[in-house]
Amino acid sequence: MSWLRFFHRKRSDAELQAEIDSFLADETAENVARGMPPDEAHRQARLKLGNRQKVRESLWMQNSPQLLSSIVRDLKYALRTLSRTPAFSLIAVVVMALCMGAATSLFTIVRSVLLRPLPFRDPGKLVRVHEHYSAPKMNVDGFNYNVVAPADFYDWQSKTNGFEDMAIMRYSGYNLSGERGELPETVRAAASSWNLFPLLGVQPAYGRTFAESEERHGSTVVMITWSVFQRRFAGDPALVGRQIHLDGRPFTVVGILPASFTYPDAGIQLWVPYKADASPEMLQHHDWHQSQVIARLRPDVSLASAIAQVSAVQYQEHLRYPRDPVADDVAPRSLNDALASDVKKPLQIMMAAVGCMLLIGCLNVANLLVARGAARQKEVAIRSALGAQRARLIREQLTESVIICAAGGLSGALLSILATQVLARTWKDLPSAQDIHLDGAVIAFACMLMFASALIAGLIPALATTGKSMMTALQTSARTGSSSVSRTALRKSLLIAEIGMTVVLLVAAGLLLKSFLRLHAADVGCITRNTLTLEFSLPGKQYDTPEKVNAFFEGILQRVRGIPGVQAAALGNDLPAAGYWGDDVFSVKERAPIPAGEDIPEGLIRWADPGYFSALGIPLVEGRLFTSDERAARSYKVIVSQGLVRKYFSGDNPIGKHMHVPAHAHAGAPDNVDYEIVGVVGDTLYQVGEQARPTMYFPLFEGDDHGEVLAVRTATDPLQFSVPVQKQFASLDPELPVSNVRTMNELIGESLINASLSMRLVAAFAVLSLLLAAVGLYGVLSYLTTQRTTELGIRMALGAQRDQLLRTMLLDGLRPALLGLGVGLALSVVTTRVFQSMLFGTRPLDPAVLAGVIATLLAVAILACLAPAWRASRLDPMKALRSE
Amino acid sequence: MGKKDQPESEMLKGTLDMMILRTLVGGGAHGHTIAKVIERTSEDVLEVEQGSLYPALHRLEDRKWVSSYWGPSENNRKAKFYRLTAEGRKQLVRETSRWRQMARAIGLVMGEEGGAQ
Repeated sequence: MSWLRFFHRKRSDAELQAEIDSFLADETAENVARGMPPDEAHRQARLKLGNRQKVRESLWMQNSPQLLSSIVRDLKYALRTLSRTPAFSLIAVVVMALCMGAATSLFTIVRSVLLRPLPFRDPGKLVRVHEHYSAPKMNVDGFNYNVVAPADFYDWQSKTNGFEDMAIMRYSGYNLSGERGELPETVRAAASSWNLFPLLGVQPAYGRTFAESEERHGSTVVMITWSVFQRRFAGDPALVGRQIHLDGRPFTVVGILPASFTYPDAGIQLWVPYKADASPEMLQHHDWHQSQVIARLRPDVSLASAIAQVSAVQYQEHLRYPRDPVADDVAPRSLNDALASDVKKPLQIMMAAVGCMLLIGCLNVANLLVARGAARQKEVAIRSALGAQRARLIREQLTESVIICAAGGLSGALLSILATQVLARTWKDLPSAQDIHLDGAVIAFACMLMFASALIAGLIPALATTGKSMMTALQTSARTGSSSVSRTALRKSLLIAEIGMTVVLLVAAGLLLKSFLRLHAADVGCITRNTLTLEFSLPGKQYDTPEKVNAFFEGILQRVRGIPGVQAAALGNDLPAAGYWGDDVFSVKERAPIPAGEDIPEGLIRWADPGYFSALGIPLVEGRLFTSDERAARSYKVIVSQGLVRKYFSGDNPIGKHMHVPAHAHAGAPDNVDYEIVGVVGDTLYQVGEQARPTMYFPLFEGDDHGEVLAVRTATDPLQFSVPVQKQFASLDPELPVSNVRTMNELIGESLINASLSMRLVAAFAVLSLLLAAVGLYGVLSYLTTQRTTELGIRMALGAQRDQLLRTMLLDGLRPALLGLGVGLALSVVTTRVFQSMLFGTRPLDPAVLAGVIATLLAVAILACLAPAWRASRLDPMKALRSE
Repeated sequence: MGKKDQPESEMLKGTLDMMILRTLVGGGAHGHTIAKVIERTSEDVLEVEQGSLYPALHRLEDRKWVSSYWGPSENNRKAKFYRLTAEGRKQLVRETSRWRQMARAIGLVMGEEGGAQ
């Protein structure tokens, strides 16, 4: 109501004017009727009306909501006071902008990675179902969400009805040939059961999804994602129904997925039916753990009971195959959690770090406002003596901090748009990184942040300055000498909180830094210098016999080794530090079978050419390496790592013993073959930051292609060899694409990029906080010095020594720093435990890190205090005494 | 309070609104008439200040107790007329009874026989 009136003030005023005019006319007419001369009549009428302006004003006021007009007044007032001290205002705004920008950026990422629902129909009903071991010792690491074997999945699907539907998918890869003379390329692909898309509720942009009848071995239909559709096929919808060549075989494009579909990540370029490239016998295996299962809950069944059904089926499987790695249980997880499992923890830690920094920023602004409050103490005292209400004085001071925070928040939001882009680009394996952008929720978050900060930063000083009774306020402001002890105490406690939090951040940053340095220095177990790596995969149509595969492997090794400057070359399915690739269980023929229920021995599985170990500098510990004639004829030999011997042979000589591995690991091999252990080699890390695992190496010349990695050791800069090496590939098979050409150090660096990013971000927050704390210390001590100028002057006049004063002032400033340090260290003990799992080779209470933090903080604190303390000790006593 | 020795031009708070409503019972009127009627009926004891009359009229209009329209005054001038609404009638009844109670109570305290008026 009153708001409506507010907007009609002008019209209302005009009406009033007309009313007044008509009143005057009536009154004048009446007066004339009474016999007055017209002039007098008019004058009397106006006298009767009184002050016309006053009538208008009082209506105007009545139509202006009280609150609004006083807010406008407060704003004007606050803007005037802020512009009187531009340096202060600028510092405060910049501080808030940095803090809020960082917080908003991180929130944007957290939201799109952890909180945003996936673009599917009713995403709340979707879960991932994992195989899960219920034994407590399997759950100590906190991660026990295993991929699923297809045979298990088919049992779940046929024997349970708790889920509306279940779909299965796994990663795959193809060589995509050029249809119109483009270069061939290796593309990442996924294979899914036909019902995945209906289950997710994803409609193709063009064409259709897979039909149930297309879900069979040898099926040649493919769906392509929007990105490859645009990039490689120019977004022409006529592609639907046409053929493209994958691994040299023609596939019919049946559908184009929409741009919004980037599940499970944007790198997947095409989809094929689940059974298309898996042999029917593979699908029978209960231990071929490859796949992800996505299920949709029925509306009338709870997750717990649906999972209980699946669990029961899985337990039966477990009992049926006691000697195979078949899990005894299943566990559900949300799609988002499964996607973000690697980044959730770092994100949460960074969110906490940025929260700390924001709070430090608020405290700093509060501190600055308290200092300003001191200057305005007299004004506040006089105004409250004149009857100003406390609420009104508080509101006035709050307005200032609201303006600072609003300006800071606004520039922070702009800053964060930029920062978010940079972050999303640098941070590898952030799921749905392409979807990260500002939206309503983020803006709402930023606004909320702004007002929360304004409240914190404004309320503390406002309550403090106006809290005193009027008399005390007048009294303290009348004298200058020992005034406002309480205010100084407030500033000091704000400072202690600020420094305490800075210490926590510094400790966190220090630990992450040390952990990162450890990671960088970690020995992966092989030569990493001057090594070029690249990946390729032989299309099965063209390389359909072991002889053809081996011919290519030997040919490329021979040619690459022949390039001048190349010292050695290694060819295998994986390299140290290049990833997990895969594992398999085994049993040792010469030993008693493992009783059911015991852990089944397992090891990473690798294939290596005879020169692999020497080229990579992996030491041979015992026995011999492969020979080049251990090949297609299958001599069934295996080399194992020291770690495997240590774990599973407990002192026995492994050489000459026989290992049995499931047949599916070796395409075409009969199931009853045993592999003779011929050698033992040194341990390597499959990933920097992870423990070495037992590893088995099989001869590469078994003649099967698993997608290979070539490592080339060179005399000089390895990148100079990337073109010559690729030329050798082209000369052998011009249609064969190679990918991921990079040095071994780049490969390791990329695997560390996330650790490096978290470390650098937290370090940046810590440094910023340290800077803020230093500014705070400096500010408080400078303020203290000015407050005590007279006192210091008197002391000096009475004969106090300058260095003695310097010491007193320095200690005065350092006391809050020391207290803050203590508080911060105590807090760190608790907080660092949270991110223990992110640390590599570093204990949460690393003494070196703690010592470093203490030293840094003290050094900065002393520096910050030195200037004001020095100034205090250099005071001219006469001047000091006269300054009043 | 009407029966004081000295004519009191200042009115008791809140009574102006009530008196305006009362004046309008007989039909629509414009500001000038309303002021005149109040002054005449109070035997010129109460003097309506124009400075408070117009804000009060606008306030009553905001509360939907009176409605307004522009029409010709008795001298054939354009004037803003106010008219009691149904809601305003109810308000007048409420205020009148409250006023009676109050006046009687004050009268009793002051020892006047019979209480109000």
